[in-house]
Amino acid sequence: MDTVIDVRALSKTFKVYHHRKGFLGSFANLFSRKHRLVQAVAQVSFTVKRGEIVGYLGPNGAGKSTTLKMLTGILVPSSGSVTVNGYIPHRQRKENAKRIGVVFGQRSHLWFDLPVQESFELLQRIYRIPQAQYHHNVEMFDELLSLGDFFQTPVRQLSLGQRMRADLAAALLHNPDVLFLDEPTVGLDVVAKARIRQFIQQINAERQVTVVLTTHDLDDVEKLCKRVILIDDARLRFDGELATLRRLLSTERLLIVDYAEVYSDISIPNAHMTYQEGTRVQYRFSPEEISTAALIKAILQKFKIVDISVQEPDIEELIKAVYEDNLLLNPPANFP
Amino acid sequence: MKSLSLYLHFITLRIRAQMAYRFSFTLELLSQASISVIDFLMIAILFERFKQLANWTLWEVGLLYGIISVCFAVAEMVARGFDTFQSLVGRGAFDNMLIRPLGTFYQVFAHEFQLRRVGKLSQALVVFLIANSHLDISWTLGKLGYLFLALIGGTCFFIGLLVIGAASCFWTVQSIEIINIFTHGGIFMGSYPISIYQRWFRHFFTFIVPLACVNYFPSLFLLNKIEPAGASRIVVQFAPFIGILFLCLTALFWKWGVSHYQSTGH
Repeated sequence: MDTVIDVRALSKTFKVYHHRKGFLGSFANLFSRKHRLVQAVAQVSFTVKRGEIVGYLGPNGAGKSTTLKMLTGILVPSSGSVTVNGYIPHRQRKENAKRIGVVFGQRSHLWFDLPVQESFELLQRIYRIPQAQYHHNVEMFDELLSLGDFFQTPVRQLSLGQRMRADLAAALLHNPDVLFLDEPTVGLDVVAKARIRQFIQQINAERQVTVVLTTHDLDDVEKLCKRVILIDDARLRFDGELATLRRLLSTERLLIVDYAEVYSDISIPNAHMTYQEGTRVQYRFSPEEISTAALIKAILQKFKIVDISVQEPDIEELIKAVYEDNLLLNPPANFP
Repeated sequence: MKSLSLYLHFITLRIRAQMAYRFSFTLELLSQASISVIDFLMIAILFERFKQLANWTLWEVGLLYGIISVCFAVAEMVARGFDTFQSLVGRGAFDNMLIRPLGTFYQVFAHEFQLRRVGKLSQALVVFLIANSHLDISWTLGKLGYLFLALIGGTCFFIGLLVIGAASCFWTVQSIEIINIFTHGGIFMGSYPISIYQRWFRHFFTFIVPLACVNYFPSLFLLNKIEPAGASRIVVQFAPFIGILFLCLTALFWKWGVSHYQSTGH
């Protein structure tokens, strides 16, 4: 298998300028060079092979998006090297752009006041996509993502889920080799998330598209990624099989129940009560011992409840676990 | 050729979007035109009282005004993307441009086309034509060609100013309002013969920011006017090319700026 992405000692430092306000201030800003340096990515190295799906994880502000922006040619690295498909993204930006697809979950890449179809046709012209390929792709994506429901709707009127489906399809129209996804499921409901994940899987399997995705959602990781790269505080902390992390991922979950009334004995087998305040009770349980469904069923059989919710472990907890289990690649200086 | 047809496609889409609100579009068009009519009335009222300004008659000044206003109106019409570049960066729209296999300069150009500037443009053309009818310019083919080049050069000059203002966003995120001194201030200043100003001021707007090349030198050429403050004949003849050169230089500045782009919300 050949290497598609090669990142070596990649670093990015931002200069954040001190900003003066007002007319005279903006004049002074022209000449002043007062700034502080912020290290967003530090000495990150990894390679990705063709056809892999890699989860690029980390807490907010860890440097995930900055790394993606360097891989896509949006930002110029401060030091280190990066190649995608053999191209240096910031130097050969246009060549690189022809062979990658990009979706940033936070905003659309489509044209706000154009219907989806016209946006796609514009992309066809921009990427010079042959007619046959264009029609084949639109048909296939329509089948997988039901684009037909909103193909004539202006992008600004789409729901978040529809917009994400349109953006994903748009990013793949020109048959890119690599797909960069930044938070592709952020803000979506469970059904929409499942659909997006299934689509990514299918595209990866059928077209050998290499996928690098950042996410906050550990479910995304479990469903999609065999391999995980973890960065925290700008540095690479873990790079390896998801299976290594699996144990950490599937450990314990929290179940929070609002009972209809205060019961005297609310103990449930296989679940440890960790917290109680009035009618609100929190249990800790391990899905390996008891499934969430079985647990809820056991509660419903005995008590009346008002509300119930399950809390998944989040990225922050995963990182904590990585730190605690000594799986760290670059231990911080103050790490025991 | 493909780039040109894609550009026209982009522009067509933009114009269609603006025409979607036909009433507000017409209103803007009319207000643009009427505001600029008042603009020139101010100058005319001044001349009603003083008759002449440093050896220039009202209609000669009308020529100055017409040329510079046409250039600025066209620049604002076609280079609106640079004018509003700060918001493009703020919304992350510039990131979107960087992931496309097209040049950034090209894409910002193609981003917006402000059709309502036709209001301002037609007012400027009317002033130019009226001024011309009162002047005794013998229009030869050479002079027509020169005028055409001068209008292109002047438009390029103003686009260049907008490009500098836009490129400053690569460092400050907040665009510098200072560029407005040169655009709007420049038009105000350039509506009068530059010979009425102080020496240092003239030199600044000839050598540093070559505003004099937009309308002052071309008017001297068209009117066959010799002025002590005017440059030699050769400079006057080549004035139209200065604006084009200026735009090329700002395009290089732009390219350099893009490599300093920091994006937003890392």
